[in-house]
Amino acid sequence: MTRLRALLPPILLIALLLLVWEAACRLLALPSYFLPPPSAVAVALVQRAPVLAASALQTFWMAIQALLVAAILGGGIAVLVSLSTAAERAVRPLAIALQVTPIVAIAPLVVIWFGLDNAQGAVVALAAAVAFFPIFSGVLTGLQSADPDLERLFDLYGASRLQRLARLRAPTALPYALEGLRVASGFAVIGAVVAEFVSGSGSAQGLAWRILEAGNRLRTAELLAALCWLTLLGLILNAAIGALARRSLRDRTGR
Amino acid sequence: MADPTTAASLHGALVRHAARVIGPLDLTVAPGEIVALVGASGAGKSTALRLLAGLETPTEGRAVTTAEAARPGGTAFVFQSATLMPWADALTNVALPLDLTGVAGPEARRRAIEALSAVGLGDRLDAKPFQLSGGMAMRVSLARALVTRPRLLLLDEPFAALDSITRRNLIEDLHGLWTETRPAIVFVTHDVDEAVYLAQRVVVLDAATGSVAAALQTPGVLPRPAGWRADAAYRRTVEAVAEALSRAMEPAT
Repeated sequence: MTRLRALLPPILLIALLLLVWEAACRLLALPSYFLPPPSAVAVALVQRAPVLAASALQTFWMAIQALLVAAILGGGIAVLVSLSTAAERAVRPLAIALQVTPIVAIAPLVVIWFGLDNAQGAVVALAAAVAFFPIFSGVLTGLQSADPDLERLFDLYGASRLQRLARLRAPTALPYALEGLRVASGFAVIGAVVAEFVSGSGSAQGLAWRILEAGNRLRTAELLAALCWLTLLGLILNAAIGALARRSLRDRTGR
Repeated sequence: MADPTTAASLHGALVRHAARVIGPLDLTVAPGEIVALVGASGAGKSTALRLLAGLETPTEGRAVTTAEAARPGGTAFVFQSATLMPWADALTNVALPLDLTGVAGPEARRRAIEALSAVGLGDRLDAKPFQLSGGMAMRVSLARALVTRPRLLLLDEPFAALDSITRRNLIEDLHGLWTETRPAIVFVTHDVDEAVYLAQRVVVLDAATGSVAAALQTPGVLPRPAGWRADAAYRRTVEAVAEALSRAMEPAT
């Protein structure tokens, strides 16, 4: 009941916005290539469901692969860097440089590296590049956030580096890592779409390809339908990782 | 170094921190003795404990412990807060020092259960720290400190955050646990009553220099008999320590 009550305001707002949108389209007699009414988008969602679902799956799979690559590289490098202050000083500027470099700008280069016939590889690499930083930063911050008194306790009992990492720092870092992963999941979807835009179609026919194709043909309702799928993907990933993060916190705080 | 009358000692130990100098500090703790360390905030009580534990190295002078106390697990430390690992249950928390010093498997489990039972928490092995009250969490912390059967137990204002009844109970518990294995104990506290009740000797640190300003022997035996807080000798010692403490807190002229 309380859950329902929490869901009610956003549902009402969305319904209201859709209603205004529909009414505006009809009253102003807007051409459907300019702005189709929500009802037309709904029709496109149903009619083009098989194609859009297949493309969504393709983009989803790209984003998941990118997240995995980013988690392994970001998490792994964070663990290595956490073992030495000099290594952290050396790596951090590079990680930040990667973060602030616009993915669109490096995309053509990455496409060349992977070969024009391997667009999928390029898409995964580009999406992983944008998902890298939140994971790296989250894991590193987490590894450095252990209770100083617990660190002293590990000193007192002569703990090895590996013991300290496995028993203290890694468990401390878990909630931070999951939060990083949650932020990264959104980036991975955005990254996959942008990379697909830039790398062209090739064999990769994800949602970005559907959006481009629909745009070129002025099928605006289909374009918006593809956008709905994209939002759904982001929400699913975010919710799944958010649930994991909440669970790991509940294990520690009971809330 | 192998002096049988000394469990741990500081000899002219001086620590130069960025902001100030603490010491030189001379302090000797006999095997099985309970010493309370009192002094104003910033007098260097915690620094003295860290020096004894080997967690900090003196800039000048030295800190000496017996070989028994220097072995892994020979010295234990209890912090102001329980400092438990929030993701691990009580049993895993208590077994940690054994785990880190190479005692593993069933032997570690058996000793951790024993230590938890000794502090009255034998039925809360699976409890996570958030499921325990402040007093219980501190008991788990005590069990963790005692699980390696240390010869030197250092406590840094461990009961400061607890209510007075829980504090009194924990002090009785600590006396009970001390009777079993008789480790040397150094206990830092702000509370003069607590210091006199708990310890055989109360050492007052000077607020300005961090050196020993006074050391007073407490009367009676440990554990304290029931109603000992009403004893005239106890009250007199509390007054004497309070006076020494307030002298030690006066700014140097």
